[in-house]
Amino acid sequence: MSDQLAPDTGGATPPSDATLAGDEPKRSRVAATLDFLAEYAVLALLAIVFVWLTFASPAFLSTQNIFNILNQNAPLAIVASAGTLVIIGGGFDLSTGAILGVSSVFAAWVAVHVDPTLGLVLAPFVGILLGLTNGLVITGLKVHSFLVTLATNFVFRGIALAITGGFLISVTSFPEFSRLGRGELEGIPILDGLKYAVVVFVVFAAAMWIILDATPLGRYIYAIGGNEEAAVLSGVRVHRVRIMTFVLSGLAAGIAGAITVSRISSGQPAAGENIALEAIAAIILGGTSIYGGRGAVWRSIAGVYLLALIGNGWNILNLDPQLRIIVVGLVILASLALGAVRGRRR
Amino acid sequence: MSEAAVRLRGVNKRFGATQALAAVDLDILTGEVHALVGQNGAGKSTLGKIIGGIYERDSGDFDAFGQAVGKWSPRLALDSGIAVIHQELSLVPELSVAQNVFLGIERHRFGLLGGSVQDRFEALNERASFKLDPNARVRDLRIADQQKVEILRALARDARLIVMDEPTSALSIDESRHLFDCIFWLREEERTVVYVSHFLEEVLDISQRVTVMRDGRVIRTGPATDETKASLVSGMLGRSLELTFPAAPSVPEDGASPALEVERLAAGPAVRDVSFSVRRGEIVGIAGLVGSGRSETLRAIFGADPSDAGSVRLGGDAYDPRSPNRSIARGLGMIPESRRDQGLIAGMSVRSNVSLAELREYVRGGLVSRSAERSAVRTLVERLDVVPPRLEATVATFSGGNQQKVLFAKWLNTAPSVLLLDEPTRGVDIGAKRNIYELIVGLATEGLGIVLVSSELEEVMELSHRVHLMHAGSTIDIVDPADTNVDDVVRRLFGLEAEVAA
Repeated sequence: MSDQLAPDTGGATPPSDATLAGDEPKRSRVAATLDFLAEYAVLALLAIVFVWLTFASPAFLSTQNIFNILNQNAPLAIVASAGTLVIIGGGFDLSTGAILGVSSVFAAWVAVHVDPTLGLVLAPFVGILLGLTNGLVITGLKVHSFLVTLATNFVFRGIALAITGGFLISVTSFPEFSRLGRGELEGIPILDGLKYAVVVFVVFAAAMWIILDATPLGRYIYAIGGNEEAAVLSGVRVHRVRIMTFVLSGLAAGIAGAITVSRISSGQPAAGENIALEAIAAIILGGTSIYGGRGAVWRSIAGVYLLALIGNGWNILNLDPQLRIIVVGLVILASLALGAVRGRRR
Repeated sequence: MSEAAVRLRGVNKRFGATQALAAVDLDILTGEVHALVGQNGAGKSTLGKIIGGIYERDSGDFDAFGQAVGKWSPRLALDSGIAVIHQELSLVPELSVAQNVFLGIERHRFGLLGGSVQDRFEALNERASFKLDPNARVRDLRIADQQKVEILRALARDARLIVMDEPTSALSIDESRHLFDCIFWLREEERTVVYVSHFLEEVLDISQRVTVMRDGRVIRTGPATDETKASLVSGMLGRSLELTFPAAPSVPEDGASPALEVERLAAGPAVRDVSFSVRRGEIVGIAGLVGSGRSETLRAIFGADPSDAGSVRLGGDAYDPRSPNRSIARGLGMIPESRRDQGLIAGMSVRSNVSLAELREYVRGGLVSRSAERSAVRTLVERLDVVPPRLEATVATFSGGNQQKVLFAKWLNTAPSVLLLDEPTRGVDIGAKRNIYELIVGLATEGLGIVLVSSELEEVMELSHRVHLMHAGSTIDIVDPADTNVDDVVRRLFGLEAEVAA
C-alpha cells in the first residue's frame, strides 16, 4: 500500500492497479485453500501421522497394533460421539467421567451381588438416569450446563465412592463378566480378533451420526446451538432437545463404563477420571464449534484417533513420554488457531 | 467552497468477486452533514467504512484534513479525528456511561486510574445537553441513548468527522428525532458528519449534501435541497420509480369469519390491556411508539412470553397461548422483530431454515426425508423469488431482503391462518420492500389474517385495513387509513406521550 502515499497523480495510479489485479485472485485462492484445510484439517493430520508412523516403525502397521488402538480408545470415542451432540447443541458435559465411574461400580456391585450379565446390561441405564438428571437440572434451573455438570461431576463421583465404600469391587471370579471388554470376534476374515468393544463403538457412533444428520432431533440440536431464540420461536421444544443431548451423553458414559469395568474386572470409583476433558479436547480438535451450531460426529472420532495415534507413535518410537502431553496440547492449540483464522475470514 | 475534510479520488474496493467500489470520487466538506444513499449493496456502507478505517481501500487516493492517507485503520482514523458510529453499537454494556465514553483514554497515574471521570464527562454532557446519567450502566439505556454515548465517545476523542452507518435502523420515530437533534448540534459545533442511510426522508431533512450511489459507483453529489425523495429513488434504481405501495386488498365482506380475536390481553409490564380482532383476508396494523408494547403483544399472542390475563380466540375457538410450538400447530405464525437474533439460524442452510417450523411433515420412518423437504422448500423459494435460489447455501450469505424472504418462506411453509408480522421490512432495500408489500397483500387476498407492526408508519398506514393505536401497553383507538394520514397519527401518538408527561 506504500504506493498510495505517493503524491496525487490524478486518479488511480498504475502500480496500485497492477497490485490489485495481481493480488486479488491469489489472495482468494489462499483463502479457499485455508478454508479447505481448516475444514478437513483433522483428516489431513490423521493421514499424515498414519503415513509417517507406517514408515517410521515396522511395528505400527500391523493388524494387532491397529486393533489395539481402536480398542483402547473405544470408551473415549463413544463418549466423544455423544458429546458432539451436546456441544453442537450449545452445551458442555463435564460429568461424563463421573457417570462412567458410577455405572462401572454399579455394574460391578450388581455382578457380585445379583448377576454378572445383569450388571453390564444395567450400566447404560444408570448412565441414562444420570444424564437425565443433568438435563432436568440444567433446564429446570436455567443454569449453563458447564456449571451444572461441573457440580454434578462431584455428586456423581461421590455416589460412586459411596457404592464401593471407597474400595474396589473385584469381579475376577466371573469369566462372563469380562467378555464385553476382552472378547474378540472370531471367524470373520478381516475382522478376526477385533474386540467387541470396538463393535459397540462403531454401532453407537453410527447411531449418533444418524440421529444428528437424519432425524428431527439432530436438526433441532443444530438449531438450538445455532440460535436458541430463533429455535424457540420456530416451535422447537428446546428443553426436550437439550435434555435428550444429556441423556445420550449419559448413555454413552454408561456404555463406556460397562466396557471399562468388564475390561479390568474391577469396579473402581475413580474410573474415567480424565475422560470428560479428553472427549471435549477430541471434539474441538475435530473441528466442531465450541459455540454450538456446527460440527459432526465423524470429526470427533477423527479427533479421538488422531490423539490416539500420537500416543501410540510416541510409545513405539520410544520418545520421551513427558513430551507427548506437550505435543498433544500444541496440536489442539494449532487446530484452534486454524479455526480462528478461518472464522475471521468469513 | 470550504475545504474538504475528506477527499477521495479513484477509490476501488473489491470483496472476492464483487466490486464494492469502483473509481469513487468524493469530497466531504468541513462542517457539512453529507448523506450517502443507495440500495443495499450500492457501496454506501463500504465507503463509510473506508473513510473510518474499518476497511482499507485497494487503490485510489485518500486525503483526510489535507493529509494523504496511506495505511489506514480505525485507530489511525481516530487519531486523525475520524470516528465511526456503527449500525451495531460497540459499547461495553456492563460499564457505566462515563466509563464507556472514556474507555481507552482514561487518565491514569502509575497504572492506576486517576480520580473521577465525572468532571470531564460533565463538561461534555453539558455541551451536548444530552442529559445522560454518567453512572448509569449502558446495558440499561435505550438504543437512542446508547448512540448518544457513542457520540460523546467520539467527541471525547476530539473527532472532527463522524461517520454514522444506518444509525436509525434500530430506532423508533421519537428516538430518531433525538438523534437528529444531536446531528444538528454537531453541525453547530462545526463537526462534519457522514450519514449513511436508506431512509430518504430523514436524509433530506438533515443533510446539506447528498451523494447517490449505485453498484459501487457515485451517481451524483449535490445539495439536498435539489433532491426529492423521488429523484433520490430514481438515482438509486437507475430508472424512474416512485416509492409506492401496492393497492391494499379489498376489504373482506362483513360476513368474513374472524381469524384472531384478542380481548383485554395483559402480559408482563409491557402489555396492559390490548383488544383487537382480525378477520380472514384482513390486514390490521398496530401503530405505537417504541415502548408502547407492540412487539410484546405479538409475542404474548404467539405464546413466546406468558400472558397474565385476557383471552385469545383463533378462528372463533378459545386458545390459550402457552408456547410457540402449540401456536404453530394451531395455525399461527410470527415473523419476529429481529431477523438475525430471533428469526433465522444464520449458520444453517436456506433449506434447514425454511423447513424448521414444519420439520415433522417430512419425517418418514423416524428420519427426515431430504427429498420431501427439498421439494417443499424449493417450491417456496421459487414462489418468493429468493435470490440466488440456492437451497444449500448458508442463510448468512444472503442479502437482508432475501433473508427476509427466507423467513416468509419458513412461515408460509406452516400454512398459517394468521400471520403476526413484526417489522417485516427492517433493514431491507427498496426493491425488496416492494416485493414484501406485494407478498403481504397477496397473503391477505388468499384469506390469511395479518397483524402488521412496523416502525415505518407509512407502511402500516398504506397496507392496513384498520390501524390500532397503541400506547403504554394498551390499544386506545382505531383509525381508518383511508381518512387519516401519517402526520396525524404521529401527532396523536406524540400527543399521548405529552398528555402522560403533563
